Amino acid sequence: MSKLTYALYTGCTAKESTPELLSSTLAVAKKLDIEIVMLDEASCCGASHLQDFDEMLSYVLNARNICYAEKRGLKMITICNTCQLNLMTTKHKLDTDPKVKAEVNKRLADVGLEYKGTVDVEHFLYALIDDYGLDKVREKVKVPLSNFNIAPFYGCHNIRPSELHQHDNPYAPTSLDDLIAALEGNSVDYESKNKCCGFHVDLQAPKTSNALSGGALIDAIDNDADMMVTPCPLCQLNLDLKQDSAGKQLGRDIELPVLHLPQLMALALGCTPEEIGLKYNVTDATKFQLSIES
Amino acid sequence: MKHTLEEVKEEVFKLNKEEHSPDFEHPIKVKLKTFRFNAETDYLPHYKTYEMTVTKDELMLDLLNRIKWEHDGSFSYRRSCRHGICGACGIKVNGKATLACKQNAQELVKLFGDELVIEPQSQKRAIKDMIIDKGDFWQKHADVKPYVDADIPEHPTEETRISPERNELFLDSDYCIQCGGCHYACPVLEVNEDYLGPAAFVAAYRFSIDPRDKSSQERLETTAELGSGVWDCVKCNECVEACPKDLDPFEKITKLHNMQFEQGVAKRNVATKHAEGFTRSIKKYGFLDEQDIVMYSEGLGVVKHMSEALKMIKKGKVHPFDVMKKKMPRSKNLDEIRKLIKTSQTNKL
Repeated sequence: MSKLTYALYTGCTAKESTPELLSSTLAVAKKLDIEIVMLDEASCCGASHLQDFDEMLSYVLNARNICYAEKRGLKMITICNTCQLNLMTTKHKLDTDPKVKAEVNKRLADVGLEYKGTVDVEHFLYALIDDYGLDKVREKVKVPLSNFNIAPFYGCHNIRPSELHQHDNPYAPTSLDDLIAALEGNSVDYESKNKCCGFHVDLQAPKTSNALSGGALIDAIDNDADMMVTPCPLCQLNLDLKQDSAGKQLGRDIELPVLHLPQLMALALGCTPEEIGLKYNVTDATKFQLSIES
Repeated sequence: MKHTLEEVKEEVFKLNKEEHSPDFEHPIKVKLKTFRFNAETDYLPHYKTYEMTVTKDELMLDLLNRIKWEHDGSFSYRRSCRHGICGACGIKVNGKATLACKQNAQELVKLFGDELVIEPQSQKRAIKDMIIDKGDFWQKHADVKPYVDADIPEHPTEETRISPERNELFLDSDYCIQCGGCHYACPVLEVNEDYLGPAAFVAAYRFSIDPRDKSSQERLETTAELGSGVWDCVKCNECVEACPKDLDPFEKITKLHNMQFEQGVAKRNVATKHAEGFTRSIKKYGFLDEQDIVMYSEGLGVVKHMSEALKMIKKGKVHPFDVMKKKMPRSKNLDEIRKLIKTSQTNKL
């Protein structure tokens, strides 16, 4: 079998405030012998906000992003739920609405590009499940995570709308639980795992955001979670960074490390502390590194 | 080629068989763990489990009927048309917003297993079993003027013509049956009572896009308010998932956002600047400048993010001098991105 090769769309967060996401993703790919080609031409996807200002502009920029994966003839993978949904929404629109596709392509022609619709766009989590296989991931585990209760937090934009996402039942998703099981961790069953973290209104409605993120964290804590794990860096930021303000609003002390999915995998696959980057997590997560080393 | 009636019957049977997997071809046993509550007499709700054998054609409404007819005549739920058009029989099954008369029961067994948890759309608004007080839903619906506001003479001499293209724009919003599925699936409404909610937004969009209507500006202003309007949407897509008519309320919310800018209703505030501010960074770097977008959107309000900013600086996640030194990552072929923004951007703040 030839080597799995993907075009990686990093998104902005992995290049800026969550460098640990990018380093752990690349480290995991290396351990699994997956080749990653960086999409250096890519721009921001608009993070579901640009479309509110100018929907057409959002389609054009995301179509351009996909064009560069098409040029390389590679499946495009993402490591952020919101990037995934924005790219998927654009792909779906262009693949089903010839009028919009023609309008977008007219503009892309000015810069010598054409959107064809020839490649798939998939989140890393689902690419691993579909193309690599969780059984093979299990074989590569060096440090079983059996000492940890891990609360999976799916993040809205990987499971809803289910018309676009074909993998999980949005009311009872299992993919992240399955991956945790493959890493031999104990996945925590709790009601908030498929709920919203509130990230997208953090600026204009911090109370809503805190109520949603704080509620999910407390739910995980009360179900004996040692940590939370999420495939989305926006969920990760909101859940990791805002624990003090959410706790203050909800009248509870909240302290729960929140890991990116590739960080959790990197721990189990035996990547280096530098690659895993737990020192960057705001709520202290370095204890997991120590616990694994001892 | 001529077919006998027997042949046609056999063909239909074969098609049915193909449509349903063999496991679900036959009646199956299900447990219905059902929310029971009477606000007039009960201190707390409880759950009662009913067991029954369900055939492949039975709808959730049939099962509600069977609870009432075969088990407990006091079991209460709203029902009327049985044709997915009156919106009365909305419930939740295992947390999934469900219009009982449209939802095949065995399909839900496929999704959730053979124990189905039957609950009202909103437990905190429960009056009796599945029946809830929908007062908040109707009030918010009324708040957006859910009708065509037009000066049409009593005896018009000609009809108002609407082009097929325009009709296309509001056609699916017209399918809304006010069942409340999206409204009671929305997490924002759980924590913010002022929020109008997805169903009200669909109505606001539907009538604002109608060429006969003269209250579009007013509706756009109502739905632009911070705290109650579209800017408080968390973009979770729960409403899209909940809608039994597949009319994508989230798409209508995006359209309302766009219309605020197109029609000059958008005021400069933290939310509108946040949406518009993306173009600012993308023009400069291709990427979003995460620090700049917060400072630009908040203005002086940025001080309230100081404690979080300090935490991020302490952890080495952000570097305060990046903004000044422009140590931002840049997309390759940035000139293409700039050109595309120039040719594609139509809205302004």
